[in-house]
Amino acid sequence: MAAQARNADYYRDNLLSGNRVALARAITAVENDRADAAAVLQTIYGQVGRAQLIGITGAPGAGKSTLVNAVVRELRGQDRKVGVVAVDPSSPFSGGAILGDRIRMSEHGNDDGVFVRSLASRGHLGGLSRAAARVVDVMDAAGMDAIIVETVGTGQSEVEIMEIAQTVVVVCAPGLGDEIQAVKAGILEIADILVVNKADMPLADRTERQLRDAMRARRRDGWEVPVMRTVATTGDGTADLVAKAAEHFARLPAAARVHAARGRMHKLLAATAAEQVRAGVQGLRGEAVDALCEAVLRGEMDYAEAARRAARLAVADPGSGHDPG
Amino acid sequence: MNTEVQTTTPEAPKLGEAVRVLLAKPTHDCHDRGVRLVARKFRDAGFEVIFSNFLLPSEIINTAVEEDVQVIGVSTSAGGHMPVFEDLIAGLKENGLEDVILIGGGVIPADDEAVLKDWGVKAVFGPGTTAEDAIDLIRAEFGGPA
Repeated sequence: MAAQARNADYYRDNLLSGNRVALARAITAVENDRADAAAVLQTIYGQVGRAQLIGITGAPGAGKSTLVNAVVRELRGQDRKVGVVAVDPSSPFSGGAILGDRIRMSEHGNDDGVFVRSLASRGHLGGLSRAAARVVDVMDAAGMDAIIVETVGTGQSEVEIMEIAQTVVVVCAPGLGDEIQAVKAGILEIADILVVNKADMPLADRTERQLRDAMRARRRDGWEVPVMRTVATTGDGTADLVAKAAEHFARLPAAARVHAARGRMHKLLAATAAEQVRAGVQGLRGEAVDALCEAVLRGEMDYAEAARRAARLAVADPGSGHDPG
Repeated sequence: MNTEVQTTTPEAPKLGEAVRVLLAKPTHDCHDRGVRLVARKFRDAGFEVIFSNFLLPSEIINTAVEEDVQVIGVSTSAGGHMPVFEDLIAGLKENGLEDVILIGGGVIPADDEAVLKDWGVKAVFGPGTTAEDAIDLIRAEFGGPA
Protein backbone atom coordinates (compact mmCIF):
# COMPACT_ATOMS: atom_id res chain seq x y z
CA MET A 1 0.00 0.00 0.00
CA ALA A 2 1.20 3.45 -0.77
CA ALA A 3 0.19 5.06 2.49
CA GLN A 4 2.87 4.18 4.99
CA ALA A 5 2.12 3.53 8.62
CA ARG A 6 2.34 6.59 10.88
CA ASN A 7 3.44 6.55 14.48
CA ALA A 8 1.67 7.69 17.62
CA ASP A 9 3.35 11.11 17.54
CA TYR A 10 1.95 11.79 14.10
CA TYR A 11 -1.59 11.00 15.17
CA ARG A 12 -1.30 12.86 18.48
CA ASP A 13 -0.07 15.99 16.72
CA ASN A 14 -2.46 15.90 13.78
CA LEU A 15 -5.57 13.81 14.36
CA LEU A 16 -7.14 15.56 17.33
CA SER A 17 -6.49 18.99 15.84
CA GLY A 18 -8.65 18.05 12.86
CA ASN A 19 -6.03 17.61 10.12
CA ARG A 20 -7.99 16.03 7.28
CA VAL A 21 -5.16 13.96 5.85
CA ALA A 22 -4.40 12.56 9.31
CA LEU A 23 -8.08 11.74 9.83
CA ALA A 24 -8.25 9.94 6.49
CA ARG A 25 -5.09 7.94 7.22
CA ALA A 26 -6.31 7.08 10.73
CA ILE A 27 -9.54 5.72 9.27
CA THR A 28 -7.58 3.57 6.81
CA ALA A 29 -5.42 2.29 9.66
CA VAL A 30 -8.38 1.08 11.71
CA GLU A 31 -10.28 -0.13 8.65
CA ASN A 32 -7.40 -2.33 7.53
CA ASP A 33 -6.24 -3.30 11.02
CA ARG A 34 -2.86 -1.97 9.99
CA ALA A 35 0.13 -1.82 12.29
CA ASP A 36 -0.55 1.79 13.28
CA ALA A 37 -4.19 1.12 14.23
CA ALA A 38 -3.08 0.74 17.85
CA ALA A 39 -1.47 4.19 17.74
CA VAL A 40 -4.74 5.63 16.44
CA LEU A 41 -6.83 3.94 19.12
CA GLN A 42 -4.38 5.15 21.78
CA THR A 43 -4.67 8.68 20.47
CA ILE A 44 -8.45 8.78 20.47
CA TYR A 45 -8.85 7.06 23.84
CA GLY A 46 -10.78 9.32 26.19
CA GLN A 47 -11.70 11.64 23.32
CA VAL A 48 -14.82 9.86 22.10
CA GLY A 49 -18.45 10.11 23.18
CA ARG A 50 -19.01 13.77 22.31
CA ALA A 51 -20.57 13.56 18.87
CA GLN A 52 -24.20 13.08 18.04
CA LEU A 53 -24.51 9.84 16.08
CA ILE A 54 -27.37 9.50 13.63
CA GLY A 55 -27.95 6.28 11.69
CA ILE A 56 -29.75 6.28 8.36
CA THR A 57 -30.97 2.97 7.01
CA GLY A 58 -33.56 1.63 4.62
CA ALA A 59 -34.09 -0.31 1.41
CA PRO A 60 -31.98 0.33 -1.70
CA GLY A 61 -33.36 3.31 -3.60
CA ALA A 62 -35.31 4.73 -0.67
CA GLY A 63 -33.20 7.88 -0.90
CA LYS A 64 -30.78 7.41 1.98
CA SER A 65 -27.81 9.18 0.41
CA THR A 66 -29.90 12.09 -0.81
CA LEU A 67 -31.45 12.40 2.62
CA VAL A 68 -27.99 12.35 4.22
CA ASN A 69 -27.02 15.18 1.88
CA ALA A 70 -30.04 17.23 2.97
CA VAL A 71 -29.44 16.49 6.66
CA VAL A 72 -25.79 17.54 6.30
CA ARG A 73 -26.93 20.82 4.75
CA GLU A 74 -29.25 21.39 7.70
CA LEU A 75 -26.54 20.61 10.28
CA ARG A 76 -24.08 22.89 8.48
CA GLY A 77 -26.69 25.62 8.75
CA GLN A 78 -26.28 25.20 12.52
CA ASP A 79 -22.53 25.56 12.02
CA ARG A 80 -21.76 22.05 13.24
CA LYS A 81 -18.93 19.96 11.85
CA VAL A 82 -20.34 16.86 10.22
CA GLY A 83 -18.81 13.48 9.51
CA VAL A 84 -20.48 10.98 7.20
CA VAL A 85 -19.71 7.26 7.09
CA ALA A 86 -21.38 5.69 4.06
CA VAL A 87 -21.27 1.93 3.60
CA ASP A 88 -21.82 0.16 0.28
CA PRO A 89 -21.60 -3.57 -0.39
CA SER A 90 -18.48 -5.38 -1.54
CA SER A 91 -18.81 -7.81 -4.42
CA PRO A 92 -18.93 -11.37 -3.08
CA PHE A 93 -17.13 -12.46 -6.26
CA SER A 94 -14.25 -10.05 -6.67
CA GLY A 95 -14.10 -8.35 -3.28
CA GLY A 96 -14.22 -5.05 -5.13
CA ALA A 97 -16.86 -2.38 -4.66
CA ILE A 98 -18.36 0.68 -6.25
CA LEU A 99 -18.81 3.25 -3.52
CA GLY A 100 -21.25 5.74 -4.97
CA ASP A 101 -23.00 7.33 -2.02
CA ARG A 102 -21.05 10.54 -2.29
CA ILE A 103 -22.42 11.26 -5.75
CA ARG A 104 -25.53 12.53 -3.93
CA MET A 105 -23.43 14.57 -1.53
CA SER A 106 -21.24 16.48 -3.96
CA GLU A 107 -22.67 19.85 -2.92
CA HIS A 108 -20.50 19.54 0.20
CA GLY A 109 -17.40 18.63 -1.79
CA ASN A 110 -15.61 21.91 -1.05
CA ASP A 111 -16.79 22.35 2.54
CA ASP A 112 -14.07 21.84 5.14
CA GLY A 113 -16.76 21.36 7.78
CA VAL A 114 -17.86 18.10 6.19
CA PHE A 115 -15.86 14.88 6.03
CA VAL A 116 -17.34 12.01 4.03
CA ARG A 117 -15.81 8.55 4.07
CA SER A 118 -17.09 5.63 2.01
CA LEU A 119 -16.59 2.13 3.38
CA ALA A 120 -17.03 -1.17 1.59
CA SER A 121 -18.81 -3.83 3.64
CA ARG A 122 -15.96 -6.30 2.91
CA GLY A 123 -18.09 -9.37 3.46
CA HIS A 124 -19.48 -8.17 6.77
CA LEU A 125 -23.21 -8.75 7.14
CA GLY A 126 -25.46 -6.57 9.22
CA GLY A 127 -25.54 -3.46 7.04
CA LEU A 128 -22.20 -1.98 8.05
CA SER A 129 -18.56 -2.98 7.83
CA ARG A 130 -16.59 -4.59 10.61
CA ALA A 131 -14.59 -1.43 11.22
CA ALA A 132 -17.53 1.02 11.02
CA ALA A 133 -17.83 1.52 14.78
CA ARG A 134 -14.14 2.36 15.09
CA VAL A 135 -14.27 4.69 12.09
CA VAL A 136 -17.08 6.57 13.84
CA ASP A 137 -14.97 6.82 17.00
CA VAL A 138 -12.03 8.24 15.03
CA MET A 139 -14.27 10.90 13.46
CA ASP A 140 -15.71 11.66 16.89
CA ALA A 141 -12.23 12.20 18.37
CA ALA A 142 -11.24 14.35 15.38
CA GLY A 143 -13.87 16.86 16.42
CA MET A 144 -16.97 16.10 14.37
CA ASP A 145 -20.05 17.45 16.20
CA ALA A 146 -22.40 15.12 14.41
CA ILE A 147 -21.72 11.88 12.55
CA ILE A 148 -24.16 10.32 10.15
CA VAL A 149 -23.80 6.64 9.42
CA GLU A 150 -25.49 5.42 6.25
CA THR A 151 -25.90 1.65 5.96
CA VAL A 152 -25.95 -0.41 2.80
CA GLY A 153 -29.40 -0.74 1.29
CA THR A 154 -31.06 -3.02 3.81
CA GLY A 155 -33.61 -5.79 3.80
CA GLN A 156 -35.05 -7.16 6.98
CA SER A 157 -32.25 -8.07 9.31
CA GLU A 158 -29.48 -5.54 8.92
CA VAL A 159 -30.04 -4.03 12.32
CA GLU A 160 -26.44 -3.51 13.40
CA ILE A 161 -26.81 0.25 12.99
CA MET A 162 -28.63 0.34 16.33
CA GLU A 163 -25.37 -0.65 18.05
CA ILE A 164 -23.64 2.46 16.73
CA ALA A 165 -26.18 5.22 16.29
CA GLN A 166 -27.93 6.96 19.16
CA THR A 167 -30.80 7.79 16.85
CA VAL A 168 -31.78 5.38 14.08
CA VAL A 169 -33.71 6.85 11.16
CA VAL A 170 -35.39 4.26 8.95
CA VAL A 171 -36.16 5.62 5.49
CA CYS A 172 -39.05 4.24 3.45
CA ALA A 173 -40.15 5.19 -0.03
CA PRO A 174 -43.76 5.33 -1.19
CA GLY A 175 -45.20 2.75 -3.51
CA LEU A 176 -43.39 -0.22 -2.07
CA GLY A 177 -46.49 -1.52 -0.33
CA ASP A 178 -45.28 -5.08 -0.05
CA GLU A 179 -41.97 -3.87 1.20
CA ILE A 180 -43.65 -2.26 4.16
CA GLN A 181 -45.25 -5.55 5.03
CA ALA A 182 -41.87 -7.19 4.75
CA VAL A 183 -40.03 -4.79 6.99
CA LYS A 184 -42.65 -4.67 9.70
CA ALA A 185 -41.01 -7.37 11.74
CA GLY A 186 -37.39 -6.54 11.09
CA ILE A 187 -35.96 -3.17 10.52
CA LEU A 188 -38.96 -1.08 11.56
CA GLU A 189 -38.43 -2.27 15.10
CA ILE A 190 -35.09 -0.50 15.43
CA ALA A 191 -36.42 2.86 14.22
CA ASP A 192 -36.33 5.84 16.56
CA ILE A 193 -37.68 7.94 13.73
CA LEU A 194 -39.48 6.72 10.62
CA VAL A 195 -39.24 8.77 7.46
CA VAL A 196 -41.40 8.57 4.37
CA ASN A 197 -39.04 10.03 1.81
CA LYS A 198 -40.15 11.09 -1.69
CA ALA A 199 -43.24 12.39 0.08
CA ASP A 200 -44.25 14.33 -3.02
CA MET A 201 -45.06 11.09 -4.79
CA PRO A 202 -48.69 9.98 -5.15
CA LEU A 203 -48.57 6.96 -2.86
CA ALA A 204 -46.90 8.80 0.03
CA ASP A 205 -50.11 9.25 1.99
CA ARG A 206 -50.87 5.56 1.88
CA THR A 207 -47.34 4.65 2.92
CA GLU A 208 -47.46 7.09 5.79
CA ARG A 209 -50.79 5.66 6.95
CA GLN A 210 -49.44 2.11 6.80
CA LEU A 211 -46.40 3.06 8.81
CA ARG A 212 -48.49 4.87 11.42
CA ASP A 213 -50.62 1.75 11.73
CA ALA A 214 -47.55 -0.42 12.09
CA MET A 215 -46.08 1.94 14.68
CA ARG A 216 -49.24 2.43 16.69
CA ALA A 217 -48.56 2.16 20.39
CA ARG A 218 -44.92 1.39 19.73
CA ARG A 219 -42.91 3.06 22.43
CA ARG A 220 -39.34 2.51 23.49
CA ASP A 221 -38.22 3.95 26.79
CA GLY A 222 -41.05 6.45 26.71
CA TRP A 223 -40.22 7.59 23.17
CA GLU A 224 -43.03 7.47 20.67
CA VAL A 225 -41.62 6.72 17.23
CA PRO A 226 -42.68 9.57 14.93
CA VAL A 227 -43.51 9.09 11.25
CA MET A 228 -42.16 12.06 9.30
CA ARG A 229 -42.30 13.10 5.66
CA THR A 230 -39.36 14.38 3.64
CA VAL A 231 -38.51 15.23 0.06
CA ALA A 232 -34.76 14.84 0.22
CA THR A 233 -34.16 16.27 -3.26
CA THR A 234 -35.69 19.61 -2.25
CA GLY A 235 -34.87 19.48 1.47
CA ASP A 236 -38.55 19.62 2.46
CA GLY A 237 -39.04 18.21 5.94
CA THR A 238 -35.35 17.80 6.76
CA ALA A 239 -35.29 20.69 9.24
CA ASP A 240 -38.03 18.94 11.21
CA LEU A 241 -36.18 15.66 10.95
CA VAL A 242 -32.95 17.16 12.30
CA ALA A 243 -34.89 18.83 15.13
CA LYS A 244 -36.55 15.53 15.99
CA ALA A 245 -33.19 13.74 16.01
CA ALA A 246 -31.81 16.42 18.34
CA GLU A 247 -34.80 15.94 20.63
CA HIS A 248 -34.15 12.21 20.73
CA PHE A 249 -30.43 12.77 21.34
CA ALA A 250 -31.13 15.19 24.19
CA ARG A 251 -32.97 12.46 26.09
CA LEU A 252 -29.81 10.40 26.23
CA PRO A 253 -27.86 10.93 29.45
CA ALA A 254 -24.13 11.59 29.01
CA ALA A 255 -23.26 8.58 31.13
CA ALA A 256 -25.13 6.36 28.71
CA ARG A 257 -22.81 7.40 25.90
CA VAL A 258 -19.71 6.21 27.72
CA HIS A 259 -21.55 3.05 28.62
CA ALA A 260 -22.56 2.67 24.99
CA ALA A 261 -18.92 2.82 23.92
CA ARG A 262 -18.07 -0.02 26.29
CA GLY A 263 -21.09 -2.02 25.15
CA ARG A 264 -20.06 -1.49 21.53
CA MET A 265 -16.54 -2.67 22.29
CA HIS A 266 -17.94 -5.79 23.94
CA LYS A 267 -19.99 -6.59 20.84
CA LEU A 268 -17.06 -5.78 18.58
CA LEU A 269 -14.87 -8.17 20.53
CA ALA A 270 -17.55 -10.83 20.28
CA ALA A 271 -17.89 -10.32 16.53
CA THR A 272 -14.14 -10.34 15.95
CA ALA A 273 -13.65 -13.38 18.15
CA ALA A 274 -16.43 -15.16 16.26
CA GLU A 275 -14.74 -14.36 12.96
CA GLN A 276 -11.43 -15.67 14.27
CA VAL A 277 -13.02 -18.90 15.46
CA ARG A 278 -14.93 -19.28 12.20
CA ALA A 279 -11.75 -18.77 10.18
CA GLY A 280 -9.96 -21.20 12.45
CA VAL A 281 -12.60 -23.89 12.02
CA GLN A 282 -12.70 -23.28 8.27
CA GLY A 283 -8.93 -23.69 8.16
CA LEU A 284 -8.90 -26.97 10.08
CA ARG A 285 -7.52 -29.88 8.10
CA GLY A 286 -6.95 -33.45 9.05
CA GLU A 287 -8.44 -36.51 10.68
CA ALA A 288 -9.93 -34.83 13.70
CA VAL A 289 -12.16 -32.47 11.77
CA ASP A 290 -12.99 -35.11 9.15
CA ALA A 291 -14.15 -37.38 11.97
CA LEU A 292 -16.40 -34.65 13.37
CA CYS A 293 -18.04 -34.04 9.99
CA GLU A 294 -18.52 -37.76 9.42
CA ALA A 295 -20.02 -38.21 12.86
CA VAL A 296 -22.63 -35.52 12.19
CA LEU A 297 -23.39 -36.90 8.72
CA ARG A 298 -23.92 -40.38 10.16
CA GLY A 299 -26.18 -38.99 12.84
CA GLU A 300 -23.88 -40.04 15.66
CA MET A 301 -23.23 -36.57 16.99
CA ASP A 302 -25.46 -33.55 17.11
CA TYR A 303 -24.53 -30.46 15.20
CA ALA A 304 -24.08 -28.18 18.20
CA GLU A 305 -21.73 -30.61 19.96
CA ALA A 306 -19.63 -31.04 16.80
CA ALA A 307 -19.41 -27.27 16.44
CA ARG A 308 -18.26 -26.92 20.06
CA ARG A 309 -15.54 -29.51 19.51
CA ALA A 310 -14.46 -27.93 16.22
CA ALA A 311 -14.18 -24.55 17.93
CA ARG A 312 -12.03 -26.12 20.64
CA LEU A 313 -9.77 -27.68 17.99
CA ALA A 314 -9.40 -24.33 16.24
CA VAL A 315 -8.67 -22.41 19.43
CA ALA A 316 -6.17 -25.04 20.57
CA ASP A 317 -4.31 -24.63 17.30
CA PRO A 318 -4.78 -21.03 16.16
CA GLY A 319 -2.05 -21.42 13.54
CA SER A 320 -4.31 -23.64 11.49
CA GLY A 321 -6.69 -20.85 10.59
CA HIS A 322 -6.02 -17.77 8.54
CA ASP A 323 -6.28 -14.28 9.91
CA PRO A 324 -9.54 -12.82 8.71
CA GLY A 325 -8.24 -9.28 9.07
CA MET B 1 -2.98 -33.76 14.39
CA ASN B 2 -2.48 -33.18 10.72
CA THR B 3 -3.42 -29.60 9.99
CA GLU B 4 -2.41 -27.51 7.02
CA VAL B 5 -2.69 -23.81 6.61
CA GLN B 6 -4.93 -22.82 3.78
CA THR B 7 -5.06 -19.08 3.39
CA THR B 8 -8.18 -18.83 1.29
CA THR B 9 -10.44 -20.90 -0.91
CA PRO B 10 -9.84 -20.25 -4.60
CA GLU B 11 -13.29 -18.73 -5.23
CA ALA B 12 -13.35 -16.50 -2.18
CA PRO B 13 -12.15 -12.93 -2.66
CA LYS B 14 -9.69 -11.61 -0.13
CA LEU B 15 -11.69 -9.17 1.92
CA GLY B 16 -9.72 -6.98 4.24
CA GLU B 17 -7.54 -4.58 2.36
CA ALA B 18 -8.20 -3.29 -1.12
CA VAL B 19 -6.71 -0.80 -3.51
CA ARG B 20 -8.87 2.32 -3.38
CA VAL B 21 -9.38 4.23 -6.62
CA LEU B 22 -11.22 7.51 -7.13
CA LEU B 23 -12.85 7.85 -10.55
CA ALA B 24 -14.05 11.32 -11.47
CA LYS B 25 -14.90 13.53 -14.37
CA PRO B 26 -14.39 17.28 -14.53
CA THR B 27 -17.58 19.31 -14.18
CA HIS B 28 -17.72 20.55 -17.76
CA ASP B 29 -17.75 17.08 -19.32
CA CYS B 30 -20.89 14.95 -19.48
CA HIS B 31 -19.47 11.95 -21.38
CA ASP B 32 -19.64 9.47 -18.52
CA ARG B 33 -20.39 6.14 -20.20
CA GLY B 34 -16.73 5.26 -20.41
CA VAL B 35 -15.94 5.96 -16.80
CA ARG B 36 -18.97 3.95 -15.67
CA LEU B 37 -17.71 0.95 -17.58
CA VAL B 38 -14.24 1.40 -16.10
CA ALA B 39 -15.80 1.58 -12.61
CA ARG B 40 -17.45 -1.81 -13.12
CA LYS B 41 -14.28 -3.36 -14.51
CA PHE B 42 -12.29 -2.02 -11.57
CA ARG B 43 -14.82 -3.44 -9.13
CA ASP B 44 -14.54 -6.81 -10.85
CA ALA B 45 -10.76 -6.54 -10.51
CA GLY B 46 -11.21 -6.27 -6.74
CA PHE B 47 -10.64 -2.54 -6.36
CA GLU B 48 -12.76 -0.33 -4.13
CA VAL B 49 -13.93 2.37 -6.51
CA ILE B 50 -15.05 5.71 -5.15
CA PHE B 51 -17.31 6.86 -7.93
CA SER B 52 -18.03 10.52 -8.00
CA ASN B 53 -18.95 12.23 -11.20
CA PHE B 54 -18.54 15.81 -12.35
CA LEU B 55 -16.28 17.46 -9.81
CA LEU B 56 -14.15 20.58 -9.74
CA PRO B 57 -10.43 19.88 -9.35
CA SER B 58 -10.59 21.11 -5.73
CA GLU B 59 -13.46 18.70 -5.08
CA ILE B 60 -11.51 15.84 -6.63
CA ILE B 61 -8.61 16.59 -4.29
CA ASN B 62 -10.88 16.85 -1.24
CA THR B 63 -12.47 13.54 -2.13
CA ALA B 64 -9.07 11.90 -2.61
CA VAL B 65 -8.00 13.19 0.81
CA GLU B 66 -11.13 12.01 2.62
CA GLU B 67 -11.22 8.62 0.95
CA ASP B 68 -7.45 8.04 1.29
CA VAL B 69 -7.21 6.65 -2.23
CA GLN B 70 -4.03 5.35 -3.83
CA VAL B 71 -5.12 6.18 -7.38
CA ILE B 72 -7.09 9.00 -8.98
CA GLY B 73 -8.46 8.30 -12.45
CA VAL B 74 -9.73 11.32 -14.35
CA SER B 75 -11.86 10.74 -17.40
CA THR B 76 -12.06 13.62 -19.82
CA SER B 77 -13.51 13.67 -23.32
CA ALA B 78 -14.39 17.30 -23.90
CA GLY B 79 -11.03 19.03 -23.93
CA GLY B 80 -9.93 21.47 -21.28
CA HIS B 81 -8.06 18.74 -19.48
CA MET B 82 -4.70 20.48 -19.14
CA PRO B 83 -5.71 23.06 -16.51
CA VAL B 84 -7.64 20.35 -14.67
CA PHE B 85 -4.55 18.16 -14.37
CA GLU B 86 -2.46 21.19 -13.46
CA ASP B 87 -4.80 21.96 -10.56
CA LEU B 88 -4.86 18.33 -9.48
CA ILE B 89 -1.08 18.01 -9.40
CA ALA B 90 -0.81 21.23 -7.40
CA GLY B 91 -3.57 20.07 -5.05
CA LEU B 92 -1.92 16.73 -4.38
CA LYS B 93 1.37 18.44 -3.59
CA GLU B 94 -0.35 20.96 -1.31
CA ASN B 95 -1.82 18.10 0.76
CA GLY B 96 1.36 16.06 0.85
CA LEU B 97 -0.21 13.38 -1.33
CA GLU B 98 2.58 13.03 -3.88
CA ASP B 99 2.35 9.25 -3.40
CA VAL B 100 -1.12 9.19 -4.99
CA ILE B 101 -0.99 8.00 -8.60
CA LEU B 102 -2.79 10.10 -11.17
CA ILE B 103 -4.02 8.51 -14.40
CA GLY B 104 -6.04 9.94 -17.25
CA GLY B 105 -8.50 8.47 -19.69
CA GLY B 106 -10.89 9.47 -22.45
CA VAL B 107 -9.83 11.64 -25.34
CA ILE B 108 -6.48 13.28 -24.73
CA PRO B 109 -4.31 14.20 -27.75
CA ALA B 110 -0.86 12.63 -27.98
CA ASP B 111 0.93 15.98 -27.64
CA ASP B 112 -0.92 16.68 -24.40
CA GLU B 113 -0.24 13.15 -23.20
CA ALA B 114 3.48 13.73 -23.47
CA VAL B 115 3.23 16.94 -21.46
CA LEU B 116 1.02 15.31 -18.82
CA LYS B 117 3.50 12.49 -18.35
CA ASP B 118 6.22 15.06 -18.03
CA TRP B 119 4.17 16.66 -15.22
CA GLY B 120 4.02 13.32 -13.42
CA VAL B 121 0.75 11.81 -14.66
CA LYS B 122 1.44 8.07 -14.52
CA ALA B 123 -0.44 7.00 -17.63
CA VAL B 124 -3.07 8.09 -20.10
CA PHE B 125 -5.55 5.55 -21.43
CA GLY B 126 -7.05 6.86 -24.65
CA PRO B 127 -9.03 5.29 -27.50
CA GLY B 128 -7.82 1.77 -28.27
CA THR B 129 -6.80 0.96 -24.72
CA THR B 130 -8.88 -1.25 -22.44
CA ALA B 131 -9.84 -1.12 -18.80
CA GLU B 132 -7.58 -4.15 -18.35
CA ASP B 133 -4.57 -2.04 -19.34
CA ALA B 134 -5.34 0.30 -16.45
CA ILE B 135 -5.99 -2.63 -14.11
CA ASP B 136 -2.61 -4.13 -15.00
CA LEU B 137 -0.89 -0.85 -14.27
CA ILE B 138 -2.58 -0.46 -10.88
CA ARG B 139 -1.81 -4.05 -9.93
CA ALA B 140 1.79 -3.58 -10.93
CA GLU B 141 1.95 -0.63 -8.53
CA PHE B 142 0.02 -2.03 -5.58
CA GLY B 143 -0.23 -5.78 -6.03
CA GLY B 144 -3.60 -7.43 -5.63
CA PRO B 145 -5.19 -10.48 -7.20
CA ALA B 146 -3.70 -11.49 -10.56
